[in-house]
Amino acid sequence: MSNGEVTFIIERFDPEKDTAPYPQEYKVILEPGQTLLNCLNNIKWTQDQTLAYRYSCGSAICGSCAMRINGKAVLACKTQVSDCVKDGVIRLAPIGNTKVVRDLVVDLEPFWNALKRVRPYLTPDSQDAPEKEREQTAEEFSKIDPSTTCIMCGACYSDCNVLEVDNQFLGPVALAKAHRFIFDSRDGGGHQRLTEISETNGIWDCTHCGECTTRCPTETKPLSRIEEIKVKAMAEGHHGNAGARHVLGFRETVGRRGLLDENYLPLRTVGFFNIPGLLSIMPVGLRMMWRGKNPPMIPHYVDKVGEVNNIFARFEEFRK
Amino acid sequence: MKYALYTGCVAKGAGRELLAATYKACEKLEIELDEMTDAACCGAGVIGEDNPMVADLLNARTYSLAEERGLDIMNICTTCQGVHVKTRRKIDADEKYKARLNTELEKETGREYAGTVKIKHFYEILLHDYGLDRLKEKVVKPLTGLKVASFYGCYATRPPEVNELKNPDDPDELESIVTALGATPVKYDERLKCCGFPILMMNKRNSMQLSGNALSGAKKAGADIMVTPCPLCHLNLDAYQPEIESQIDQKLALPILHIPQLVALALGVSEKELRIQTHIVRPEGALAPA
Ligand code: FES
Repeated sequence: MSNGEVTFIIERFDPEKDTAPYPQEYKVILEPGQTLLNCLNNIKWTQDQTLAYRYSCGSAICGSCAMRINGKAVLACKTQVSDCVKDGVIRLAPIGNTKVVRDLVVDLEPFWNALKRVRPYLTPDSQDAPEKEREQTAEEFSKIDPSTTCIMCGACYSDCNVLEVDNQFLGPVALAKAHRFIFDSRDGGGHQRLTEISETNGIWDCTHCGECTTRCPTETKPLSRIEEIKVKAMAEGHHGNAGARHVLGFRETVGRRGLLDENYLPLRTVGFFNIPGLLSIMPVGLRMMWRGKNPPMIPHYVDKVGEVNNIFARFEEFRK
Repeated sequence: MKYALYTGCVAKGAGRELLAATYKACEKLEIELDEMTDAACCGAGVIGEDNPMVADLLNARTYSLAEERGLDIMNICTTCQGVHVKTRRKIDADEKYKARLNTELEKETGREYAGTVKIKHFYEILLHDYGLDRLKEKVVKPLTGLKVASFYGCYATRPPEVNELKNPDDPDELESIVTALGATPVKYDERLKCCGFPILMMNKRNSMQLSGNALSGAKKAGADIMVTPCPLCHLNLDAYQPEIESQIDQKLALPILHIPQLVALALGVSEKELRIQTHIVRPEGALAPA
């Protein structure tokens, strides 16, 4: 890269012509301070007009230029090329968990559908229109400040590990959007929203892989928002699901012994009277027992466990 | 060298072979360990999803227990390590919150978290405190010819600000340990992905699919064996492998080692002492010299 030349290897695909995506190389002389979007424009304007990608604002506001560099989702207009050149090469591909329309342009329909599922609009308590607007204090706004910064670029959606294996999962962008309404002082549908989002495909299906927060170019940081929703759902008693029972199992055994009781937790999570559920975890239990790998039948207590009990004794108080 | 060993729950429960291997490896490396039998669960991110302050108090207590010993913490689980570092950063960044935690900690446990302790995973200690050159000198049974796929898992790599990897999106750290032990590292696409363990009880299908993708990726890349710094990943990848095989309809038979087991093997510890016979996918065949 001594002469500032960078090779862009861009994944090209036109479903009307090609059977599979293929890489195409472009050479660009890099000038200081250039963003990835600058280079793409340069390629399109001077080398290959057929290259397709999306952009609009060029300022990390509109969210239309998300793509994958070296396998990770970024905003092209916010990314300095010099930060991601590896051995003189940059690999570009469309964002993941979507279908390609052409080259770096993807079909965002499933992404918008996920958003629609969380009803991304205010549902106020009273349908009577107030005389003036519905007001909000600065303190009330601060709770939704991060989730309102989402520009819906799809970077989190692209790299979410769960979406890779299950396209029914709501995914980070929809969950962060749900946060924005669950925590909005002007919204009256919080209870219903929390009930819905605690069900299958919602908050408890997130595996906390952290990709969403790592890729997010704004302050939305979806994983933190999902964690906040979970805290609220637990505090407000949305306990009738495996995710919440799993959390309660942790609370109960760690609060008592200081350590997790791995024999108790699966039973608690599945539900003590859920016969099919219990049968489904039996094979692994027996397998582990057979190898002498099962957790000890008499669970450990940590030394000075009284200190841990004291902390848990004030559990409800420490919620505030 | 001496550390306060934070075992976490799994190394005391379903992953006792990890604790055994840690002791054996450290004995060979002449690293002294003071096991924190008084430290509680880190919450694994789960208690924090219920009550962040209780989770933070548990962890602040753990740090104060290490500070009392005058030792840095050695973690042997990347989930514990990730939670510890994240919590620590949160507390240290907010003086007011730290003061409030300390008031409650003092009231309930008579302790105080000062903020002096350092928290490191076993593999980070090898890399940064012990040094790979010194490790190489200790190798008596180089793992020549063994193709090892490192599985980092989530907490070792994300979020990037809470780990010490030079390049969290394309790290080399575990591979460099594998090389130091005489084995051959194998890279594959899924090495930084999630194993799915956190949702095992909530969505078993998705959880096993994630592990299945990783196992099958490593297998395709030619790995004889996989190594992980996280005993939770280990549980999914090893204990559930028979079910994963039927879900993805592919024979895998890929043994999974904890990183201290791999290290100890190269330092001459016997397989039996490392309790590899307790693994669901038995590693003996893969480890036998060709
Ligand atoms: S072009 Fe608008 S965010 Fe990049």
